[in-house]
Amino acid sequence: MSIPSVVRGGVFVAVLVTLPMLGLQHWFLNLLVFVLMYATMSSSWNLVGGFAGYPSLGHAGFFGIGAYTLALIFKDQVLATGYEPFLLLPLVGLVGALVGWPIALISMRTRADVFAIVTITFLFVVQTLAFNLHSLTGGSQGTALPIPPFSAAGFELPFYYVMVGLLVFTMGLTFATMRSKLGLSLVSIRADEDKARGVGVRVIGVKVLAFSVSVGITSMVGAVWAYYESFIYPQFAVDPLITIAMVLMTFLGGRGTLWGPVLGAVILESGQQLLTYQLGAVQLYLIAYALIFLVIILLLPRGILPTIEDRLRLRRRRRRTAAAAALPGGPPSSNVADAASMLGRGAT
Amino acid sequence: MHALVQGVILGILTGGVYALMASGQTLIFGIMKVVNLAQGAMVIMAAYLAYQLFTTFGVDPFLAIPITTILMFGLGVGVELLFLRPLRREDKSELSLLVTFAVALLIEGVLSVTWGTTYRSINAGYANSSWTLGRYQITVVRFWAFVLSLVALGLLFWLLNRTRFGRAVRATVQNPESARLLGVEAQWVSALGFGLGAATAAAAGSVYGLLYPFTPGSHYDLISRLLSIVVLGGLGSVGGAVVAGVIVSTSSAVVAATISPAWSEMTFFIVLILVLLIRPRGLFGSVNRGAI
Repeated sequence: MSIPSVVRGGVFVAVLVTLPMLGLQHWFLNLLVFVLMYATMSSSWNLVGGFAGYPSLGHAGFFGIGAYTLALIFKDQVLATGYEPFLLLPLVGLVGALVGWPIALISMRTRADVFAIVTITFLFVVQTLAFNLHSLTGGSQGTALPIPPFSAAGFELPFYYVMVGLLVFTMGLTFATMRSKLGLSLVSIRADEDKARGVGVRVIGVKVLAFSVSVGITSMVGAVWAYYESFIYPQFAVDPLITIAMVLMTFLGGRGTLWGPVLGAVILESGQQLLTYQLGAVQLYLIAYALIFLVIILLLPRGILPTIEDRLRLRRRRRRTAAAAALPGGPPSSNVADAASMLGRGAT
Repeated sequence: MHALVQGVILGILTGGVYALMASGQTLIFGIMKVVNLAQGAMVIMAAYLAYQLFTTFGVDPFLAIPITTILMFGLGVGVELLFLRPLRREDKSELSLLVTFAVALLIEGVLSVTWGTTYRSINAGYANSSWTLGRYQITVVRFWAFVLSLVALGLLFWLLNRTRFGRAVRATVQNPESARLLGVEAQWVSALGFGLGAATAAAAGSVYGLLYPFTPGSHYDLISRLLSIVVLGGLGSVGGAVVAGVIVSTSSAVVAATISPAWSEMTFFIVLILVLLIRPRGLFGSVNRGAI
């Protein structure tokens, strides 16, 4: 672990922890809670969509599963302290991961397009179930969660800190993955799955593990969201736009990087709030989202951070080559640096 | 038993329309290896075009099909040229999924802004009439929808099997590299193929508008249905899509008639999972996905 990444991580956590002490207004704290939720979800999507190159379109289904799992656990209960739902988040994550495991096992036997087909179909199945299983979900009437007994003055704070915890957990997991054999396996799957299998990567196991962990985290975020909203409806708990947001944020920041999804979430979620105020109508917001998406994929397919990093490395290399050319022996090889950059071990 | 037979009749008649939508989608996959998530949105868009032609000019939705087909063909070619062609080859299959999803959202957004989000339906004069055959009802609309789907599918097969363009398409599906070596202009086959896929969506869209009320969000209902059909038939196999369209539609209609309409949606997903467990390449898919 190099010093700069420790410093960077420490500063990030310190800023997140101290931010609410600046006496922020409610609307801003509320915005931050949502930014943190999307940052966590994009980071979790990145684990499977970014590293392994399997673009899941069904993560919103797991968000909904998390939301309804918490709603079912606390049905008709009155909370004493208000922290009970947070303590049960690991359980919710486990439920999500357990649902995701067989889905991944079935759909990841073949290639990425079948995987995408299964995950998007799964999303609509979960939505249909949320509408139809009246006894469990209340159908389109929605279902209520216990009201959080927090004071109005600091209502957002518990949610904020829980989300900071989840984000740091997810980023820590991403960081550990990137530094481990697991991360290398995932990246090798994205690069060339057949070759990865050929050199002995346990392809199926690695993919299924990444997917289960990823959807487990997403379900936990869904649970926090449900508790924060206190009343959930199928069309918002299982919303294809949530999937799109996760994918979009990861792509914007840079998939397969540690900070990319977070950067994407900060930009897009604040932008989205602004758009909602400015444009008002949901339909225009849909068009704007789709257009941003198309522009990013066509003009910036690798995302902001990898693009910047490439520029920097190119400049460094040029400088180094110029320096080396002055010496006898020619320029040094840069293969090692290139291989390392595939894992995003450079500036990101 | 009565409900069962009625369900089968209904399913087969509706299956023609699904077969038409899915054949376009599987054709696009066969040519370009792109899963077109915007197929459903294009169907709904065509339904709105037919709706507008009907309410403003009184054009019967069946007669509107040539117009909508040409418009949607143009749109399909445009989408391919603008959004899919620029993608880099190494991550094309991954990015194309997201691009077509974005196109679907874009279409949904444009439709919502233009027509609003309330349900629309095309109420042609014959919309509610039906024939009685023994103890079974056959609605006139569904019957003609079925006939029209057969005609459109016949045209598609004629185009694929009897024309020069069709030969180029089939060659590309079987082996893109060899086709290119033999002088097939793969770029144009892709653009025209995507247009053709959109055209089948247009033909199906007019009919869909007659059969069901729709909103801009209706394409979400179609995505999972079409994808299950395409996977069951075998990705890239047009004939497979036709057979699978009828099978899936019939089983879902039977579930709706015998168990509950709410659960018929689940039929699609169960079919999909069963196919992937038992025969991942689908009914008619070849191992290297070359069939058409």
